[in-house]
Amino acid sequence: MRPFTYERATDAQTAVAAVSRPGAKFISGGTNLLDLMKLDIEQPSHLVDISRLPLRDIEELPDGGLRIGAQAANSDVAADARVRTRYPVLSEALVAGASGQLRNMASTGGNLLQRTRCPYFYDTAADCNKRDPGSGCSAIGGFNRIHAILGASESCIATNPSDMAVAMTVLGAEIELLDADQAVRRVAITDFYRLPGDTPHIETVLRPGEMITSVVLPPPPPGRQKYRKVRDRASYEFALVSVAAVVSTDQGTISEARVAFGGVAHKPWRSVEAEAALTGRPATMDTYRAAAEAAMRDAVGQGHNDFKIELAKRTLCRTLAQVARAS
Amino acid sequence: MSDSDTGAMGRSQGETVRLSTIRLSVNDQARQLEVDPRTSLLDALREHLRLSGTKKGCDHGQCGACTVLVNGRRVNSCLTLAVMHEDDEIVTIEGLGDPEDLHAMQRAFVERDGFQCGYCTPGQICSAVGMLAEVEAGWPSHATADVSAPQVALSDEEIRERMSGNICRCAAYPNIVAAIRDTAQGGL
Amino acid sequence: MIGQPLNRVDGPSKVAGRAPYAYEQWEAGQPLYGFIVGATIGKGRITRIDTESAERAPGVHMVMTHLNAPAQGPRDESIPFEYWRAQPVLTGPDIHHYGEPVALVVATALEQARAAADLVEVEYTRGRGRFNFAEQEDEVYIPKVVNAGLPTDTAVGDFDAGFDSADVRIDQYYTTPYEFSMPMEPHACLVEPRDEDLVVYVSCQIVDAAQTSIASTLGLDPARVHVVTPFVGGGFGSKLGIHSETILAALAARALRRPVKIAMTRQQIFQLVGMRPTSSQRVRLGAGEDGRLAAIAHDVTMHTNPDVEYAEQTAATTRSLYAAPHRLTSHRLAPLDLPRGTDVRAPGEAPGMLAVESAMDELAHTLDMDPVELRIRNEPTVDPERDVPYSDRHLVECLREGARRFGWEHRPAAPASVRDGRWLVGYGMSAAIRGHFQGPTAARVRLEADGTAVVETDMTDLGTGTYTVLTQVVADGLGLSPDRVRIELGRSDFPSSWGSGGSWGATNSCTAVHRACLALREKVLVAAGGDTRSPLHGLDPADAVFSDGNVGIGGASEAVSEIVARNHPEGVEAEGGTRFMGDDPNYTAYSINTYGAHFAEVGVDADTAEIRLRRMLGVFSVGRVFNPKTARSQLIGGMIWGVGAALEEEAVVDPRSGAFVNCDFAQYLVPVHADVPDIDAVILDGFDDKANVLGAKGVGELGICGAGAAVANAVFNATGVRVRDFPITIEKVLPGLPLLEA
Repeated sequence: MRPFTYERATDAQTAVAAVSRPGAKFISGGTNLLDLMKLDIEQPSHLVDISRLPLRDIEELPDGGLRIGAQAANSDVAADARVRTRYPVLSEALVAGASGQLRNMASTGGNLLQRTRCPYFYDTAADCNKRDPGSGCSAIGGFNRIHAILGASESCIATNPSDMAVAMTVLGAEIELLDADQAVRRVAITDFYRLPGDTPHIETVLRPGEMITSVVLPPPPPGRQKYRKVRDRASYEFALVSVAAVVSTDQGTISEARVAFGGVAHKPWRSVEAEAALTGRPATMDTYRAAAEAAMRDAVGQGHNDFKIELAKRTLCRTLAQVARAS
Repeated sequence: MSDSDTGAMGRSQGETVRLSTIRLSVNDQARQLEVDPRTSLLDALREHLRLSGTKKGCDHGQCGACTVLVNGRRVNSCLTLAVMHEDDEIVTIEGLGDPEDLHAMQRAFVERDGFQCGYCTPGQICSAVGMLAEVEAGWPSHATADVSAPQVALSDEEIRERMSGNICRCAAYPNIVAAIRDTAQGGL
Repeated sequence: MIGQPLNRVDGPSKVAGRAPYAYEQWEAGQPLYGFIVGATIGKGRITRIDTESAERAPGVHMVMTHLNAPAQGPRDESIPFEYWRAQPVLTGPDIHHYGEPVALVVATALEQARAAADLVEVEYTRGRGRFNFAEQEDEVYIPKVVNAGLPTDTAVGDFDAGFDSADVRIDQYYTTPYEFSMPMEPHACLVEPRDEDLVVYVSCQIVDAAQTSIASTLGLDPARVHVVTPFVGGGFGSKLGIHSETILAALAARALRRPVKIAMTRQQIFQLVGMRPTSSQRVRLGAGEDGRLAAIAHDVTMHTNPDVEYAEQTAATTRSLYAAPHRLTSHRLAPLDLPRGTDVRAPGEAPGMLAVESAMDELAHTLDMDPVELRIRNEPTVDPERDVPYSDRHLVECLREGARRFGWEHRPAAPASVRDGRWLVGYGMSAAIRGHFQGPTAARVRLEADGTAVVETDMTDLGTGTYTVLTQVVADGLGLSPDRVRIELGRSDFPSSWGSGGSWGATNSCTAVHRACLALREKVLVAAGGDTRSPLHGLDPADAVFSDGNVGIGGASEAVSEIVARNHPEGVEAEGGTRFMGDDPNYTAYSINTYGAHFAEVGVDADTAEIRLRRMLGVFSVGRVFNPKTARSQLIGGMIWGVGAALEEEAVVDPRSGAFVNCDFAQYLVPVHADVPDIDAVILDGFDDKANVLGAKGVGELGICGAGAAVANAVFNATGVRVRDFPITIEKVLPGLPLLEA
């Protein structure tokens, strides 16, 4: 870990001003940043501690939505009564991630910005376009069991490891950002993340100096929600594949459906193809299979991760069956 | 918090190391520390305060051996900087009890043989204490069938899921679960 | 006290965080911190190494490379065991495997050492490394012997004829991956120079080996190396020998005349301490329609490091487990430029029984026979390859008792026939056998004038319960209450033991301590008998009874403390010991083993192929048990290792670089709490009078033997999918699952 200077920000405005200095980075929960700094992957020269900013609250919005402060701990969001009753998919996704200790530390904003768990990204001796642009991708042709099957590029096949962000994607969340000029903007979460293309080191549309201040959840979509995470170990492991689904049915017909996958792409993967294949169709396994085929039509395996295509299909089908039956 | 230029700590004449002074409470004692900003809370406890009951198993939040309570909540002390804990109240395994006057959870671990080598044990115990408070507060877990229910019942399955961030390579898991169950039920 | 479930006597200090491990010793004052720099190629040569910016970095006291490292003693292959040999580091520019230390940085603070380590610049020329086991599998050689000095190959009868004429034949290949011990306490060492001596606080399993190895590496008289190891945070084989961090700390501490400590990072451990070799195992079983085996063959190919041979005795248990007139076992090694293979909990038995006990399940399925019954039908009357009787074999009792307790009669007869919600449910079982070993161990017991007994031995406690079981042996041996007994372990200045490993630690040290107690009783009785002030004066010592701190003869009695205080005011002591099993006729005349039977129930998600253990039971026969509480814990721990081996553990080598890719606890999966439902271990009453005077045998590794196969067989019973490439993960089961149902 390289030497750095440290300061604690007391309000959002001074925080964004402080981070404008070259080499500066925000630190919040620290669970991913310090992990990477110890391995010399992240190398900030100045840390701006935003963990004590007054951005921890979860507020009701007039339209029936919620605003989740960027500094709200993952465990607080998961345990919030409004989240649990109105957005259970988010609560389920949060408690499926990491461990109790890590959820107590990790912030909402930090979770959105956590970086890939690709082992070659983590190995400074390996080639990685995300860590060292232009060096190549060791995961292609390497050990790529956890890697992307959708939206990957010749530069990068890494996945986004977040569970929370998958649930927020299916809920249509928007991310509120503050920049050094004190300007505020909102970005839909599906637009927030980028696919790797030939610039996998640029993972979001966050501009230099911008800070996530909150996540805005629109009013809950109609229907029943579910988050299903598939992994080798029963707990404390990143998803091989996960599915967040919200489905409402009307007399056996799917009136509205939303589907997002985790563990399959460089970003939480909202599948408009699956949603189109579901809407207006009977709530039957045949429909779910068609949706799964549609969702994975462009999926490509890299060798070790080939199984994730079939696994994602089957996980989606079962999750849809459970949600549709219950709704 | 204040910064001070104390110069290089070793014999080398390279760039100076800026030490930070922090004040915090550790096991109900006010402590003041001069630390390199890079120092994790874990290393501050182990190497500066010599409270080595808190263990370093992986240093990356992947094993739970370093679990302590910060303001009552369990955290991985390896993935947080000491300088981020100005004015915080830290409780380590040493603060829960000592060999002559053990905490109920510590007693239960002895009685149930909830450990072998003992290295993950302080983290397991701090985690268990923090975990029971989370259950008391009604927090859901991945083992909770309906996250929207306001309360959770502490089944063995709930204990296992909630303790999964604490790896025990001796695999004393069934005995750890028994110890936590005993403590939660007010036994011992 | 022997046989009682005494709580661990070191428990309060451990649960209160007061038990100091190697890196946590402060007697020497503030140490310097070392950080290892590892090679980033798998094979080749350092062409340039630039330490200048690292040396100039804040707080740095020293950067050691092959250019300035002191000369060290060479590995001496004439020493029979690797763990006692010198382990020189930084010996030259050649790189033998990925991660090999190329530099050590020592600084005032850990943060400074780690940061400066990143500043060491190394350039290499890459050599052609052999990293891919599958490609080298045919480039094998025949080792002279395998681990523990066992024969490489064995043959009885005419295997080919027996196999070819069998009614039913199983002929399958099974593969097992690289696995790591991964104790929770990283490999760590603190070295304090004290004049010409070194005090070495090191996390190790065998103090004598550590002392010998350090002394011969540094060219020191072993008497000048004082190893101190009061607590060890797990070893599981990986701390049988010392590793590079110990030698580097010793070299740096001597050079700087300051205490230096080094702990490996978790990531470094994957590249630096060695692993269980990967294996390909061919198992052939030929049986009659009645299930009786006519022929059994177990042929194993493994990787080895080219410079430090390690041949895991993977087929060894196959030589003793089942009767069959025609038999073959063999071990072959394929050299790879990877870290050396090493002992990982239950070396040989763990991977070997995964294969053989899977094959037995395949045979039972082919014969449509109950797998428990198949094993009972093949119970031998004498050891089938050594042709000697078993000392105390109770495998059949374990099988029957386990089947009864588990409810084996409810096993789904047909695979993939039972469904519980989304789960396909199956039962599986396996037999377990493990050889029992004895080695030279000495212990000293002293009675103090206050009546306290103190044990001194360099034996270690890795969580194995040494402190506790020795307390029990002394309490019985001298008639004292356990709180009058103090156990001092892990110092090389104490009598030397074979340490902890191979499941021999408890029986060796308990036998030695028991004998020391007997000798000490004689001394007390001689003192009392010749002491006119003692009420025991002149009485027949043959009738003496030691209990409750007193010696009684007939109606007369006196406190042990009073006898000692009057006659030996400085205390009185005696030593006891055990000898090498090769010098003990029982170990030649008998086949001495421990036994068990595992029963597992798993659920396999019918949609996703996620495999979750639902319950598990092991029934074991280990002779007499010193402490049923700690023994049960060890057995359960071993069973959970078996679950991990069956379902999770696999270290992956990138064949392009020779590096272990998934080198941390987020990626190298070991079982967590949520993976472990109800598991119980039951120990049958027993006493093996051939093993030792106490009738006890080892338990530390038996729990893992066969445990993984029980889980694997349950997966087959649940799904009808037989996976022979361990671990059994989602992608290997998924293709065999039924289509999604509505």
